[in-house]
Amino acid sequence: MNGGVPFLPPSASNFAGEFNILFAGLLAITSAVLGLVVLLMFRFCAHYRRNNKTADRGHQTRKSWRWEVGWTTGSFVVFLGLYAWGADIYLREHHPPAKAEDIYVVGKRWMWKVEHQGGQREINTLHVALNQPVRLVMTSQDVIHGFFVPAFRLKQDVVPGRYVTLWFDPDQLGTYQLFCSQFCGTAHAEMGGNVTVMAPGDFAKWLAANASDATLSGDGAALFHRIGCDGCHGAGSTVPAPSLAGIYGQPVALRDGGSALADDDFIRGAILEPAQHAAAGFAPVMPSFAGQLDEEQVVSLVAYIKSLGSVPR
Amino acid sequence: MSATTILELPPCRGDSYLTDGSTLTSWLLTHDHKRIAILYCLTITGFFLIGGAAAALIRLNLLTPQGLLLDAETYNRTFTLHGVVMVWLFLVPSIPTTFGNFLLPLMLGAKDLAFPRINLLSWYLFTASGLIVLAGLITGSVDTGWTFYEPLSSGYSSGALVVVLFGIFVNGFSSILTGLNFVVSIHRLRAPGLTWYRLPIFCWSTYATSVILMLATPILAVTLLLVAAEHLWGVGVFDPTHGGDPLLFQHMFWFYSHPAVYIMILPGMGVVSEIIPTFARKKIFGYHFIAWSSVAIAVVGFVVWGHHMFVSGESIYAALVFSFLSFVVAVPSAIKVFNWLATLHKGSISFEAPMLYALGFILLFTIGGLTGLFLATLAFDEHATATYFVVAHFHYIMVGGMVSAYFAALHFWWPKVTGRLYPESWARFAAILIFFGFNLTFFPQFILGYLGMPRRYATYPPEFQVWNVFSSAGASILAAAYILPLLYLGWSLVRGERAPSNPWGATGLEWQTPSPPPTDNFARTPRVTRPPYDYPEPTV
Repeated sequence: MNGGVPFLPPSASNFAGEFNILFAGLLAITSAVLGLVVLLMFRFCAHYRRNNKTADRGHQTRKSWRWEVGWTTGSFVVFLGLYAWGADIYLREHHPPAKAEDIYVVGKRWMWKVEHQGGQREINTLHVALNQPVRLVMTSQDVIHGFFVPAFRLKQDVVPGRYVTLWFDPDQLGTYQLFCSQFCGTAHAEMGGNVTVMAPGDFAKWLAANASDATLSGDGAALFHRIGCDGCHGAGSTVPAPSLAGIYGQPVALRDGGSALADDDFIRGAILEPAQHAAAGFAPVMPSFAGQLDEEQVVSLVAYIKSLGSVPR
Repeated sequence: MSATTILELPPCRGDSYLTDGSTLTSWLLTHDHKRIAILYCLTITGFFLIGGAAAALIRLNLLTPQGLLLDAETYNRTFTLHGVVMVWLFLVPSIPTTFGNFLLPLMLGAKDLAFPRINLLSWYLFTASGLIVLAGLITGSVDTGWTFYEPLSSGYSSGALVVVLFGIFVNGFSSILTGLNFVVSIHRLRAPGLTWYRLPIFCWSTYATSVILMLATPILAVTLLLVAAEHLWGVGVFDPTHGGDPLLFQHMFWFYSHPAVYIMILPGMGVVSEIIPTFARKKIFGYHFIAWSSVAIAVVGFVVWGHHMFVSGESIYAALVFSFLSFVVAVPSAIKVFNWLATLHKGSISFEAPMLYALGFILLFTIGGLTGLFLATLAFDEHATATYFVVAHFHYIMVGGMVSAYFAALHFWWPKVTGRLYPESWARFAAILIFFGFNLTFFPQFILGYLGMPRRYATYPPEFQVWNVFSSAGASILAAAYILPLLYLGWSLVRGERAPSNPWGATGLEWQTPSPPPTDNFARTPRVTRPPYDYPEPTV
């Protein structure tokens, strides 16, 4: 977007095309309504101005209910259509496909820290491969931030104390702006960066060039041992604690009688607030790790537990 | 004094409420709803100028991508001041406390509101709250935005946060007492023959507004107290590091603040519903629908708060429901616009300044309402929320709508309030200038938001500059256009022609009193025998 007056943002995700059509539809319908309002107002004001003595002012409409029912129903039907259209896209925006690659994002004042599964880390940039769906698993270290990529037409508030997700399928090569959209204090306007969509081959090279000593789950495994998780949850432990192998994505029976899906957010909660997430059949003896781990460390633990697959304890 | 006392004393004491006592005490201790309205008018005009100065600073700063003159922290404090002052010290009180106070008893055929002393107390609470809020904002360093989102406000803001929260807390009592006073007055003080369906639409919209003021404000009070407690003692209601939930704050905050949006627009709709029939010389079209649509907006407006939170992490099922209800709440507004247009049909229309403001209101409110449909559409909101698209949308409603309506009311009832006429051609010029200045300021912000420029940015990427320059240029026109009425209305107070009792040939009860009205309003309690807007239909 060099030079010239910008009117439209670039489009670079699977949702952008649909969004553009939705926008065109909204624009067409609302412009028609506005046009009608302007036309009627100017027509009536010109024709029925007080000094136009020749205007026919007789036979004023008295029975108003037909008109009222008419425009009330008309408005409502149009609104219903718009509602359904927007809701349909929104629902799909919140159902990532199974093949989506998870990338972890932690927002903190005032930067975005990104960790790939392979341990690649970046700050204020995010590299993704063309046509490879991505699911961002995000949390905040401090206040609420907003992950916003206009070219993808997507935005998600990143809330401390929980994981939120955002998925997209980048479909145009290029580098696009990343903004923080939720006011987060002094340098809010500086908390941005870029998302780069690369050809799959280039992305593989990028991953290789930025590989770190350990993968994200490898970091998690080391931490798992260092802070003593494996003392209870590890193989051969004598303390009665639930095995973590293969639990990711499975329903877990809870001590309070309910059940929950062991997704990223549940695992995070179980580490930081174990009492509220205790599994059925076990004494709730696990200490809380809240305040002892930062969000990036928790992310690595979650990635490790996720990587355990179905290895028996 | 009962109605019979008035009958024994015609004409009522004093020539006009303005000359009935000229000491400072006679104003500061008055129980007269009309004088209290003047006190409010002076106070909120002061706050409007302060909030407007902050807006001017914001637009000046955004002339360049790096920010022309403010550092980021000062910029953040400036938009916080702008938002807090404009919402609680101007928009919420604007029409209800001035024209509501002045007109409601006159429209009801009453001597005063139901509780004149409480009315005065409301003004003292309001003024005190305004001073507390300003003291906190100016001396302290509150940079949270007017929304006080958690855990930013309690955990990361220093200084005078608690002072500002306390000021808004006190402000709430003024809102509640005013709402209570209006509701009781409308129920109890209607003149003989003044049935509910003979009430001017302004009374209906004031009633709906008052109900929201009474029911929603307490929620805000509780929310702000909890933020203060979180800030002072870390009680752990909203802050997740203490086991709290930041989304709980947003639910509570918007449970007040979305209905508050209707506090800030319903009175404007009431004003326009008075002005259109007067200058079209025609009975308002669809009286019952306009009247009940205000009530519908007030009721449904309580259950749409979640549309501020579509990307906040609230449940997607909640989002589906809130999106649907947001479309539902748009229907009564559409009903009003169509009925105003239908009122123009076969009217005998003249275009004095109040009418120009009212027509401008309809156009700007329509644009604001239609762009609200964009934002109610879930997938669109996911892109446009928290950008300048939202800023433009709510300014079309709040400024294009409510402030235009406030100026419409100011010009329409100025002869009644002051007993003076203002120079008509200056007033028309100002009305047109406001319309163009407003559009030049805020329409480019729709484009900025669509392009993706987030709100509350002290600096921005350079490709957004061209639209920001347009917007700032518009703001300078708008500022001049808002200063103009201060000048010619001020001039009219001294040099303006004496106003007759009914300069517009309107039908409302308030026009049956002298201009300005005597302290006791009516020489005897009027008896109402006709419906409102009873303009004669032309014979065929």
